[in-house]
This record gives sequence, structure tokens and C-alpha cells, in this order.
Amino acid sequence: MSLDAEQVKKIAHLARLEINEADIPSYAGTLSNILELVDQMSAVNTDDVEPMAHPMDANQRLRADVVTENNQREKFQAIAPKTEDGLYLVPQVIE
Amino acid sequence: MQWEVVIGLEIHAQLMTNSKIFSGASIAYGAEPNTQACAVDLGLPGVLPVLNTEAVRMAAKFGLAIGANVSRHSVFARKNYFYPDLPKGYQISQMELPIVEAGKLEIELKDGTKKIIGVTRAHLEEDAGKSLHEDYHGMTGIDLNRAGTPLLEIVSEPDMRSAEEAVAYMRKIHSLVQYIGICDGNMAEGSFRCDANVSVRPKGQAEYGTRAELKNINSFKFVEKAINIEVERQIDLIEDGGKVVQETRLYDADKNETRSMRSKEEANDYRYFPDPDLLPVVLDDEYLQAVKDTLPELPDVKRDRFIEQYGLSSVDAGILTVSREAADYFEKVAELSAAAKLAANWMMGEVSASLNKNDLDIKDCPVSAEMLAGMLKRIEDNTISGKIAKEVFEAMWAGDGDADTVIDKKGLKQITDSSAIEALVDQVIANNPVQAAEFKAGKEQLMGFFVGQIMKASQGKANPAQVNQLLKKKLSE
Amino acid sequence: MYHNKTLAQLSAMLQAKEVSSVELTQYFLDRIKARDGEINSFISVTAEQALAQAKAADERLAAGTAEPLTGVPFAQKDIFCTEGVRSSCGSKMLDNFISPYDATVVTKLKAVGAVMLGKTNMDEFAMGSSNETSFYGSVKNPWDLKKVPGGSSGGSAAAVAARLAPAATGTDTGGSIRQPASLCNLTGLKPTYGRISRYGMIAFASSLDQAGPMARTAEDCALLMNAMAGFDEKDSTSIEKEVPDYTTDLNKSIKGLKIGLPKEFFGEGLDPEVAKTVEAAIQQYKDMGAEVVEISLPNSGLSVPVYYVVAPAECSSNLSRMDGVRFGHRCEEPKDLEDLYKRSRGEGFGEEVKRRILIGTYALSAGYYDAYYIKAQKLRRLISDDFKKAFEQVDVIMGPTSPNVAFNMGEKSDDPVSMYLSDIYTIAVNLAGLPGMSIPAGFAHDMPVGLQVIGNYFEESHLLNVAHAYQQQTDWHERCPAGFED
Repeated sequence: MSLDAEQVKKIAHLARLEINEADIPSYAGTLSNILELVDQMSAVNTDDVEPMAHPMDANQRLRADVVTENNQREKFQAIAPKTEDGLYLVPQVIE
Repeated sequence: MQWEVVIGLEIHAQLMTNSKIFSGASIAYGAEPNTQACAVDLGLPGVLPVLNTEAVRMAAKFGLAIGANVSRHSVFARKNYFYPDLPKGYQISQMELPIVEAGKLEIELKDGTKKIIGVTRAHLEEDAGKSLHEDYHGMTGIDLNRAGTPLLEIVSEPDMRSAEEAVAYMRKIHSLVQYIGICDGNMAEGSFRCDANVSVRPKGQAEYGTRAELKNINSFKFVEKAINIEVERQIDLIEDGGKVVQETRLYDADKNETRSMRSKEEANDYRYFPDPDLLPVVLDDEYLQAVKDTLPELPDVKRDRFIEQYGLSSVDAGILTVSREAADYFEKVAELSAAAKLAANWMMGEVSASLNKNDLDIKDCPVSAEMLAGMLKRIEDNTISGKIAKEVFEAMWAGDGDADTVIDKKGLKQITDSSAIEALVDQVIANNPVQAAEFKAGKEQLMGFFVGQIMKASQGKANPAQVNQLLKKKLSE
Repeated sequence: MYHNKTLAQLSAMLQAKEVSSVELTQYFLDRIKARDGEINSFISVTAEQALAQAKAADERLAAGTAEPLTGVPFAQKDIFCTEGVRSSCGSKMLDNFISPYDATVVTKLKAVGAVMLGKTNMDEFAMGSSNETSFYGSVKNPWDLKKVPGGSSGGSAAAVAARLAPAATGTDTGGSIRQPASLCNLTGLKPTYGRISRYGMIAFASSLDQAGPMARTAEDCALLMNAMAGFDEKDSTSIEKEVPDYTTDLNKSIKGLKIGLPKEFFGEGLDPEVAKTVEAAIQQYKDMGAEVVEISLPNSGLSVPVYYVVAPAECSSNLSRMDGVRFGHRCEEPKDLEDLYKRSRGEGFGEEVKRRILIGTYALSAGYYDAYYIKAQKLRRLISDDFKKAFEQVDVIMGPTSPNVAFNMGEKSDDPVSMYLSDIYTIAVNLAGLPGMSIPAGFAHDMPVGLQVIGNYFEESHLLNVAHAYQQQTDWHERCPAGFED
């Protein structure tokens, strides 16, 4: 499987990554090489194999429904790029 | 051409936990922005989710309440998309293996027809934050207090064929989630929200038409209006030779129209995959049985019992069982007063009207079940008439004490002494000789006039049955 | 001097009051100041906090409430969130991220009174095997400054190898503790998945990431494990299992130890000189009474392809939170929301990180999910099952940690695939979630060679015992890179 420039742009958009136009061919090249490596997977038949999402065969532990966190807005927003009146600011969201 | 409407609903019910689905932050409504968004809710680097036990229990409770299959093994997945109210860039939800599958619900329409609506699935997920569109120098403010609030997304089959059915289904779910104590049902605060998938097809066609997803319909009234206006739009569009596009549309209540949400128009590719930070949720039979044991009597069962036990009509029993609190209130009054029918009438009459007028919930009713039952007893034993009872009820509502106190203080005790009533009757007949003569000449509709005069003279306290009886006797003498 | 002492020795000296923690800390801070310019192993040196911690440790030592690690300095990989200290993960994206909270590992090390000297350099978001992808510049291998130290915990490895810190923390997603340990002549342990909390460890690939110690000896790794390991209720994947004292079994006899040698680990691609060195180490084990059998891990050859689906898929999602809204890099004057996302992320992430986000996004996207992600997960099970079968036969599995010794800087940076293949022997262990170690086993081409020892689930104690036994008979682990002895 190899990727062309258009596909790279499409994926970059899905991932919200700006990539310089000039760098696209090089990305297409290295990504195609990686996919070629990945395509070795098809050599093995896995029809009856259960996918393994997790290394440990364990179940989700459940947390007691208790409020343990208090307001730390000031601390958290001290590292935020842009806030006002306790809100995080982003360019206008149009719905 | 005859068109058939096909509707499926996706209902989001916020679960009434104390803390968030994956963090220990509070979910209380109305806090200052971002004061209830902890490190996990903000998606800071390195933080991890841990699942809230109550959220799981509540989802299981819902599944059991609709006779669904509650999965022994369910899995959380990440739904990936970028949006400022979604801090991690993905929403933790359930995709392939939801916690609840294949349930059903019976709805009843106004004309009494009943219909089964399938519930495809219900899955647990986290709510997003809120974008505040007030202008911050041309920017949008983000409040993440709501981010991570547990949601149960209840997805119906496309089984509904009219806006009326959709509303009936939505009301049924609304009632049920409150009954089983998993959601407060507060639509104004967004605790109970609904999206509708609407399509039309020529009657008789097997395939579904292309559907539009209607968002932002946050009241029963709007659901009905939004669906109807959307159906109209789709039919007009097709009949004019156009095609319905699969898209998300926003309902604008002010203009009563639906419009395309341009910002979400681009085809989404959510790249779902199992969340590696969470393990499979495994529930065993013992757990499910324990949850089942906590289920209250469900609305349909309760309605049937009310019909049977109290001799109520199906409609009355249905109304009284919409909310668990109302049903409990009614049962208490019925038991204490031993007058179920009367209790039902009062509940659906004065009690309901007064609550509506004051915008109160039954649990905040100033007249307790005990007080109402006390009053009904006085109607039953003829201490007061139904008419006087309204005055007593108003006084109890205003805080003047229980029925006996009010009756006593205001001297509202009914006059049942027949000699006293007879005196009143005689006096009224004597004062109105012309009418008396006309009555005797056959104008029997004057009966009401005489009764009214006597009740007025007794300040409403004369026993109406006795008044009637004595009047008839005297006027025919 | 102090820099040539092991963690265990320094601990003993502190307990015996032969040196104070403040003296020791100041000594290492001075050494970092004097020598780190040559190898670039630290991103941040936290002198002030370190001295404050040292002072508190000395009080604890005086009060008699000290634990083995109280007052002992160490270096922290910059992947761990440290409250009030920049936690950059080697990325421009988090260059300005002063963490408002501590990772569980950080909390635990603070609790025992260990003194953090600073945060070590690393491949950006732990994505790399050479430490060349760091926003803060490449780290140099103290054994040869033209060569890479390995990655992603290359800063930790170089710092300990150069004796700038007696030990360090690392994290291992596909070999990021073991491979740099191998390339820098250190002892490094990647524990069983779930043994050490991932809370506060900036996620690369959640189902593979695991923290662990890097030091000069197995004994030092055991001491660090005692502080780092344990169940954490903040991490759903953390395992509720009692933590043993990892030093208890160190001196157990390894007579009769059954070692499996996977034939797949000694085939094509392995540098013959490295092979020779590893074989000599195995001969040493035989001499010590171990028994060696050849085994097969038939699907292990597919570990690299599987890993390069699973890890990028998870990372593409894990890194979505870096969006310029709540923390981290934000582009100047975004003209709209999309511009904010695209430029903040485009500017904040380096090339390798972008590459992996793109591969992962692609592997998860509609139409490719089954062919890539599900296929990889199925193969992951086969790879894991191979190990399960092997452990029915043997006690530990041994082989080379890396197919080559440290390579030259720049040699592989333009060819990601050849870079990825340098983790060919370590990756399968992460896919299976098993514990694995790398221990100094000699030299090839004048550069260090690591022996990889893989154990069954939760058998860290056993691995440390096996490593310690070897270190009692050999002195490879004591070798110091030329120029850093003094």
C-alpha cells in the first residue's frame, strides 16, 4: 500500500496537522515505506484469532461515586494560552 | 403520493451520579465556569480515566427496566474528532459492544392505540463541555464543567411513524429514567436531550429514505414541531424533484425551521477504536440480579395495578403513573382516605392545576398526601361538600393548617341538620313566590336557581343532597 | 568519588552518615553543570528543588525515618509530569508546560525521599530509538560522542552512563528502556505492563507504555522498583497485585535455570560481533549452572509491523489533546478554529511525531481499520501466545537487546524503517506485556552490547535475580566510558 500526496493531505486534515506543501512528497514517501513494512502482516492468516486490545486479561475496576476533586481553576488556567472570566478562549465557533 | 414518515430517536440522559463518569469532579449544575473541570476532565497530558461504578449500575438498571440484554462484557471506545468542547480530541463512548442491547418499550397514543418501539441499544459515554457564544473579542469561551458528565445514549429503532409517536416514546423514556432514579429529566438544564433521525418514503416502499438528523430539540413541544416541519421540508423537496441529503440539521425554534449545520457538514471519520486506557466492563449474573432487586415497580406495571386495585380508568391510571412521585402521592392519599376515585379526581384536578399554576413539582406540594387524605375523609363523611373542599384545599395550600383545623376555624362544617335546612328552604321559597309558582307549573329547570339561592343563604354549607331532597318535596307540596 | 558509586552504595553511605544528601546532591548538580554540555542529557536541571528535597531527606535521615532511597539523587525522564516543573516530553508542543500535578511515579519517589536532579532528554513523545527527535537536540552517547545513546530514554541512559546521576527513570513502549541501556552499558528493566502506574506519564501508546528503572546494576534497579511499583487506583490498567521486596531474591541461586534462546533472535540482521558477545554471555550462564534450550517464537518476526500499527494508532489519538486550547503550544493569531488546530499542532510537533500521527490516523480511518488495526491486534495475540507457549518450557528467554551497537548520529534519521528495525528484539515483549531487562554483556566494535532477558508476567524479581547473579561473576556493568571516570 502506498500513499499519494492527496491521501497524505486528507489524513493530515483529519489529524489537524499543518504540513508544508513542499514536504508532502517526502511524507508520502516515508509513509509509504512504513506501510510497506506494515503490509508484511498480511503474510499470516488470522481468520480465527481474537483481536488482542490489551496485554493483560483483566477487567475494568470501578471507582466509588465520590467527589474527590476540588476547584483548581486558577492553577490549571495559569498554564493556558488564552483565558478570560474563567473560560478558555478559542477562535469563534460557528454552528 | 402517500408518504410514510420514519423516525428514530437518540436520547441523551445525564446520569444522576455525584461525580463524573471518569473522574472525581462534581457534576452539579450551574457552577462557575471550569471550577468543576479537574485534570482528567481537562485532558491534561498523562491523566487517565477510571470508571464510575454508579454510572455502570444506572445503565444496567435502565437495561433491565426495558427488558433489554445487559451485556456481560462491554467495551469503551474512543470517538476521535476535534472540537474545543472536547478536551482530549476524542470522546470516550461505546461502539461495538455497548452495555445495553435490544430492549423495547410500549407507548400509548392519544386514541388509546398501543405500539411497541424497539430500543436498539443504550451506551455509556462522557458528555462534552459547552461553548459560550457571547462575544469575547470575537472569540468563543469554553466551559468544561460539563465535560465528563455521565451520559446514557438511548438509541431507538426507526419504529416511529409520526411526530406523535416520537413524542409518546420520548415521554415514556423521560418518565422511566426518572422512575428508576437514574436521571432528573430536567430538560431546561440539558439533563435530558434528544436528536431525531427523520426520513420519508413512499407508502409501501421497503427501503428507508435518506435521513436527516435533527439536533437541539430540547422539549417535547419542539420535538413534535421539528419533526413535522422537517417531514414537510423533505416531502416538498422530493415532490419538487429534489433529493434529501444525509446531514445534521439544527432546529431553530424561533423561526420554526430546520437548517443544515454547515460546520459539521464535512464527512466525519471518527476512527473508533477500543480505548486502551480502559479495560472491558464485565458484569455477572449476581450483579445483575442485585441491580434488578433495586428496580422499583415500573410505570406500566403500576398503571395496570392501579386499574385493578383502585378501579381507575386506563387514562387516569396512565396519568397518575407518569411520575413515580405522583403515583406514590396518589397511593398514599388513596390508602389514608380510603377513597381512591376521589383521590384520583383531586390529583388530576385541583392538585395538578395548583402545581402547574405555581410551577411546582409534586414533591414540593405544600399540601401533603396526609393533608389531602384528611380533607377527602371530610368529604366522604359529609362534613364538607365538594365545593367547600376547594376552599379548604386553598387554605391548606396557603398554610392555614390541615383540613380539620381549616374547617373548624372558618366554620365550614356542612349543615346536615334537616330542620335547619328545612328552614332555609322555606325561607327561599317564601322569598321567591313567582319562581315557585312557575316551577309548580312545570318549569323544572328552576331547580338549579333554588339550590343556588339556598347554598348562598347557607354560605355553601348546606348539604346539597339534603337541599335537593327537601326542595323537591316542598315545591311539589 | 561519589559518581562512581552505585545507588546501593550511596544509600549505605547516607544511612551511615558518611555523606549528607545535600552534599551528594550538590556534587551531582556540579557534575551535571560541568559535563552535561558534552552529552546534552538533561532538558531541565532542578537544582533548587533538588537541594530542598535533599535538605528534607537529611532531616529524615537524622530522624531515623529514612528509607533506602531517602536522599539518593536520581534523574527523571521528562515524560513524567512533575508539579511546578516543565514536563516537555522532548517536544516544542510542551516546552511551556509546567505541570500542575505529579505523576504517580513522581509522587512515589518523593514519598521515599529520593532527590530529583532534573528531567532528562528524550525522543519527542518517546517516539524514536536514537534520541535524535528531541526538540532539545540530540543526546550523545558517552561511549562515543559521535554515536547515538539509543532512545527514547536516551537522556536517562546517557546521564547514568556518564555518571551524572546514579540512576534514572525511563519508559519503554517498544524498547525505550532496554535499547538505550544496551547502547550505553546500563542495566534497565521494563516491568510487566500494569506493574507501575501510568498516571502522569505522558502517553505515547497506552497499551504498551510502561515505566521502569535504569541504573548500573540489577541491585539498583531492584531498589528503584521497590519505590516505583505498585497498584494505583488512578490507572485502570494498573494491576492489583502485591509488590514484593525486589531485593529479597537477588542472591538466590540460578542453578538449573532454564534459558530459552529463540532462534528468531539470532538470525539475519544481527551483527555477528553482537551475536558473539551475546553467546559469550549465555556461555557464562551455562557455566553458572543454567540449562539452555532453543525455542521458537514463530510470529515474533511480525512484531515490528504490528507495533507500527498499534503504537501509531494509539498515539494519533493520545496526542489529539495537544490542540493549543488548554495548555502547550498555540500558534500566533489563529484566523479560525481549524487554523488554530493545524498550525499549533503543525508547529508544535516534530517530523517523526507527525509521521506517526499520520500513520495511526490512516490505520484507524474508515475502510482501513480492519486491514490494519484489527489485523495487528490479531497478530498481537499470536505473538503473545508464542511467549505463553515458550514459558511452559523455560524460565527466562535470552537474546540480544539490539541487533547492533550504537550507530552514528544521522545514520538512520532519514530512513524511519531502518530506525524502527533497531527495536526488532524488544518490541514483541511490549506487545505481550511481559517484563524484560537489558544487562551489560560486553563489547563489540568497542561499544557496549546488552543481553536481553525476558521473564514471565510479574517475574521481575526473578529477572533481577538472574541479572544480579551474572553481575556477581562479570564486571561489564562496572565499565565506565572513557573521559567520564573522573
